[in-house]
Amino acid sequence: MGYRKVAIVGAGLTKFVRRAEETGQEMAYLASKMALDQAGLKLKDVEMVTVGSAPDAFDGVHMKGEYLLSGAGGNGKPYIRNFVGGGTGVFAPIHGWMHVASGACDVCLVVCSEKMSSCHPHPQGAFLTIFDHTTEQPLKPTLIWIFALEMRRYMETYGLTKADVARVAVKNKNNALDHPSAHVAEAVTLEDVLNSEVLAEPVNRLDISPSSDGAAAVVLASEEVAKRLTDKPVWIAGVGWNLDTAYWATKDLYYPRYVEKAARMAYEMAGITEPHKQIQVAEPYDPFDYKELHHMEGLLLCERGEAARLTAEGYTARTGNLPICPSGGALGVGNPISATGLMKVIEIFLQLREEAGKRQVPGKPRVGLAQAWGDLMQVGTVIVLKR
Amino acid sequence: MKIDQVPMKGLTSEEYERAIKIKWQPKLQYAWDNGIAIGKYLAGLKEGKILASQCIKCGRIMLPVRSFCELCWRPTDGEVEVKDTGVINTFAICHVNWDASRLRPDEPRHIPAVIEIDGASKGQGIMHVIGNVDPKKVKIGMRVRAVWKPAQERTGTITDIIFFEPY
Repeated sequence: MGYRKVAIVGAGLTKFVRRAEETGQEMAYLASKMALDQAGLKLKDVEMVTVGSAPDAFDGVHMKGEYLLSGAGGNGKPYIRNFVGGGTGVFAPIHGWMHVASGACDVCLVVCSEKMSSCHPHPQGAFLTIFDHTTEQPLKPTLIWIFALEMRRYMETYGLTKADVARVAVKNKNNALDHPSAHVAEAVTLEDVLNSEVLAEPVNRLDISPSSDGAAAVVLASEEVAKRLTDKPVWIAGVGWNLDTAYWATKDLYYPRYVEKAARMAYEMAGITEPHKQIQVAEPYDPFDYKELHHMEGLLLCERGEAARLTAEGYTARTGNLPICPSGGALGVGNPISATGLMKVIEIFLQLREEAGKRQVPGKPRVGLAQAWGDLMQVGTVIVLKR
Repeated sequence: MKIDQVPMKGLTSEEYERAIKIKWQPKLQYAWDNGIAIGKYLAGLKEGKILASQCIKCGRIMLPVRSFCELCWRPTDGEVEVKDTGVINTFAICHVNWDASRLRPDEPRHIPAVIEIDGASKGQGIMHVIGNVDPKKVKIGMRVRAVWKPAQERTGTITDIIFFEPY
């Protein structure tokens, strides 16, 4: 389709923590420096920079893109912030891909930095204004409402139990024990999840990922530059993104059609016709445990309603047929919104390079996928990577 | 620097308490316009009616009301009154407030729901809350009706419907 080939040639990641002493800028610097060092590049080699960060309300910093500029190495360069809510973390490398695939530049730095801990008493309060100001906010909604509503609709449609869903939290939190960035890696059991505090039935505390501070960065390069820099480039084979209506209560919440549309776009570009067979490792977005199941189905990695059974059978374990969230995901590694999405892209990058250490999935995977999701059950962002 | 040598450690609660911090509590106020379509919707609520928009091209009767049909990309063809009854598409029983603070045991639970309104096209739902019911008895598919504030107390807001109750 006339796109130039684009590779990821370096990645950087901070720890995900509950409260970082570092500012968003400082975290962006740490991740960016690490990514450039790994790529063997200096800042002067970076031609363009794109930054992803979630709503300004979390940090209380307006014009956050401009604020993060220096930490992200964007001084005096073509620089822009991208934003599609919780989908930002996977959209950011898609945005970077546009820069390089179009021929606008050969080297683009992609940075996601998120400081969730500044908002008090809890960043959840900052989500109030995502709801319609006239028809919804007067009902005093909390963010958990919309997840609880979707989770119940999903469970009811397929007759799933709480345990069917909670197995995802158990898998991911245990996977995160092997991730050096993990915020709350815990050897939790199914009983721990089911017995955790009930927040909004059917959602318990441990069904939800923790709010974290953290940053991630990747360096993208054109084919010629990538081959010069590394003998292990990981290619961006396909990208897709899609947004559905903000009238969230008018679409049946049991199935994320917008994720399917984003996935189909990415699969077509990547030449993937049978995703359940061709995708060998995947990192769908898992801010809540049921979301991983929901997204596996939307990504066409299994039949609708089948994801919970596959999880129970170990199919999605790190050693299973289709490892899902071998990183530990948002549930285990933590959820600094935009940085989480990019962490997932980095996990696939490492898995395809066979550099994931204890998290390495067997079978020398060649094709992997990362996906993020966000807004009012609205946006799917998908990236397919190949080595 | 190797990817496994990740920087940062995070503050403990004690360190966080000791740390020098700048606090800011914004006191911002906004006056949100209702817009053309929602303005009519709110005027309808004040009269105890739920209005929906219709598009004669795709035939949809749409909630929430809207000035333009986002599928046909044309202006909607006015509003029609739909029923103030409907079916619970999904619901939750919430034990926390909007800022994540916990409800006291004696406070009633919030029961948000997506309600498909009778008379609107299939699946055209709105978010509201369910009341006057034992939370344990709420089910998907349950029929509910609007419980309105008395006419003289209605102000043209979504809370003119106090809640929806099973019937």
